[in-house]
Amino acid sequence: MSDMNQQMAARYKNNFLKEVEAQVEMGEWVKMCMQCGVCAGSCPTNFHPGWEHPPQEIFMMIRAGKREEVLTSPSMWMCTSCYNCYVRCPRKLPITHIMHGLAEYAYQLGVAPKFQPTQHLSKTFWDNCTKTGRVNEVKLTQTLYFRDGLMAGIKQGLAMKDVALGLVKAKRLNLMEALGFGHKCKDIKGIHAMLAKARELEAKRKGRQPA
Amino acid sequence: MTSVVATNQTILVVGGGIAGMTAALEAAETGKNVVLVEKNPYLGGRTAQLYRYFPKMCHPTCGLEINLRRLKANPRIQVYTLAEVTGIEGRKGDYTVNVRLTPRYVNDNCTACGECGKAVEAEVSDAFNYNLGKVKVAYLPHAMAYPQRYVLDPSIVGTPDAERAKAACKYGAVDLDQKEETVSLRAGAIVWATGWQPYDAEKITPYRYGEFPNVITNVEFERLADPHGPTGGKILRPSDGREAKNIAFIQCAGSRDENHLRHCSRFCCMGSLKQTHYVQEAYGDEGKSTIYYIDIRAIDRFEDFYAKVKANPNVSFVKSKVARISQDKDGNPVCWGVDTEGYKRYATTHDLVVLAVGMEPSVKGVDIPAEVMADSSGFIMADPQNAGIFGAGCATNALDVNRAVQSATAAALRAIQVVNKVARAEG
Ligand SMILES: Cc1cc2nc3c(=O)[nH]c(=O)nc-3n(C[C@H](O)[C@H](O)[C@H](O)COP(=O)(O)OP(=O)(O)OC[C@H]3O[C@@H](n4cnc5c(N)ncnc54)[C@H](O)[C@@H]3O)c2cc1C
Ligand code: SF4
Ligand code: SF4
Repeated sequence: MSDMNQQMAARYKNNFLKEVEAQVEMGEWVKMCMQCGVCAGSCPTNFHPGWEHPPQEIFMMIRAGKREEVLTSPSMWMCTSCYNCYVRCPRKLPITHIMHGLAEYAYQLGVAPKFQPTQHLSKTFWDNCTKTGRVNEVKLTQTLYFRDGLMAGIKQGLAMKDVALGLVKAKRLNLMEALGFGHKCKDIKGIHAMLAKARELEAKRKGRQPA
Repeated sequence: MTSVVATNQTILVVGGGIAGMTAALEAAETGKNVVLVEKNPYLGGRTAQLYRYFPKMCHPTCGLEINLRRLKANPRIQVYTLAEVTGIEGRKGDYTVNVRLTPRYVNDNCTACGECGKAVEAEVSDAFNYNLGKVKVAYLPHAMAYPQRYVLDPSIVGTPDAERAKAACKYGAVDLDQKEETVSLRAGAIVWATGWQPYDAEKITPYRYGEFPNVITNVEFERLADPHGPTGGKILRPSDGREAKNIAFIQCAGSRDENHLRHCSRFCCMGSLKQTHYVQEAYGDEGKSTIYYIDIRAIDRFEDFYAKVKANPNVSFVKSKVARISQDKDGNPVCWGVDTEGYKRYATTHDLVVLAVGMEPSVKGVDIPAEVMADSSGFIMADPQNAGIFGAGCATNALDVNRAVQSATAAALRAIQVVNKVARAEG
């Protein structure tokens, strides 16, 4: 177990709902769920394999204290952010945001499923865009395409060739970004300071060790 | 000109449903003078539109009949139908109220012989049957309607049908010269009993009501089951007239939902449990009902009723709020969702879906022409600020008939206290 995971498990002992309320973004909404099932039935991915536990079930598992099962579940990583459940929930739970909050928390604890594609994308995107304050599209696509090896990357790249050329023509993609040129924020230091401050505030609010 | 006799010792009751009738009767039977104003051409309100009553499964006309008998026997009640309150001025103990009277075009010579109805040709939507069928432009709203007098639809005026109706009537009851008029009357206290309306099911978009013909509402289902209804009591599908033997009931359609009605409408669990009896009655063991629910709210003495329905092998319960409805190529509605007991996905086909829509107060969105305190759902609250205006029945909360009647008696008592005070002051 990671340090943080151990720490949190110890702090909230057997009360996983309390832990979620304090540590997960929008986690305080979980107790408002009345188990009607509208979210589960509204999810477009739900009637395809993938969702192991629909949101309704995740919320019940949280209340039932199934910490391990929830945090290691791939379910919340399957959320496509379509917001169907969010707009239909009769109790107005911000379900999409809770799903993302749970995923993020599991990641922070180091217990999220490894090699999960959504997680890989999120991490790649975050690292990429926080570096200069702007997304380096060429590097981002490179990282994603070549994730599964060189051949797979080349194949993907060729398949998307026309789209890429179109984007270049429309000045939406700058190939010089491959060499580290291209758009950046003016005050990169400022951006990093801001993110550090946000992390500090979050750690304070949630009673975590500063990273 | 219609003459209304009223003073500041009169109690005005607005709405002639079961609650309004009760309030009027209770007050009049203690010796008070009452004016009862109803916007429909008949009394009884939504109760008259039910096929049977829970929990005893008797016919509502029976309960209404008793009240009508009390009403006819009581000279202290003046009843105005096709009448609506348009303005209230003054204060507790001394109100002036404007009432708009819409012409019926039939006076009280009418014996309900029905000759005018036979003579006319045009038809209009049948509001009593929630527009599921048509009625002639000269019609009796329903078999037991009180007053037992025909009504001419306003569209008839100036058409050959108007002349046909007039010529057909042997009693000189058809009076095409009637005009809309507004009368002003006095009252010391007002009982507001305007009842409820079914929540607009079209707003619950994933259920596709209004688009899929075989998705209907619980109020419409009451009319389908009623022998006086548009299908003569046969439970038939609107799309193709086929017998509907496999019926889904979806609870909390629009209720307990922050996107629609925030409150639990309270009667609709019992309403659907009752309606499974209609299916059983019509088709015996071939009639299957499935109730999709969040939790069944059959409170206190209704628990027994629930237990009996639960024991019926032809009724199944699925603990899940249906997420959406689709339609297959034969026009069958398909319910999609996830069963909370085991979190199993389902997509189940039925012949007909009945949405157990909730109750919205009639007062919502309608101007009560006075300052009256309402709660966050629009129901009238008991608040001192309401002075001499008292809510009764479903205007105050989502209630079944029994509770509507209790609340009407309470409102009548409060109104009586006000006019008693007026009487003492005037000594
Ligand atoms: C599908 C279904 C099944 C039900 N089954 C049962 C059952 O089996 N047993 C049971 O106990 N209950 C049942 N109920 C509940 C029952 O219908 C209500 O409790 C009852 O109708 C309440 O009566 P009310 O007088 O308060 O309101 P209403 O019946 O709505 O009467 C209000 C009256 O006021 C009139 N009005 C409205 N606005 C104005 C205005 N501005 N001016 C003048 N008049 C006005 C209306 O025309 C109406 O006549 C059922 C309801 C539904 C939807
Ligand atoms: S739709 Fe809302 S209330 Fe219903 S189960 Fe999902 S989260 Fe809970
Ligand atoms: S009575 Fe039943 S169906 Fe009606 S709103 Fe309440 S829980 Fe839902």
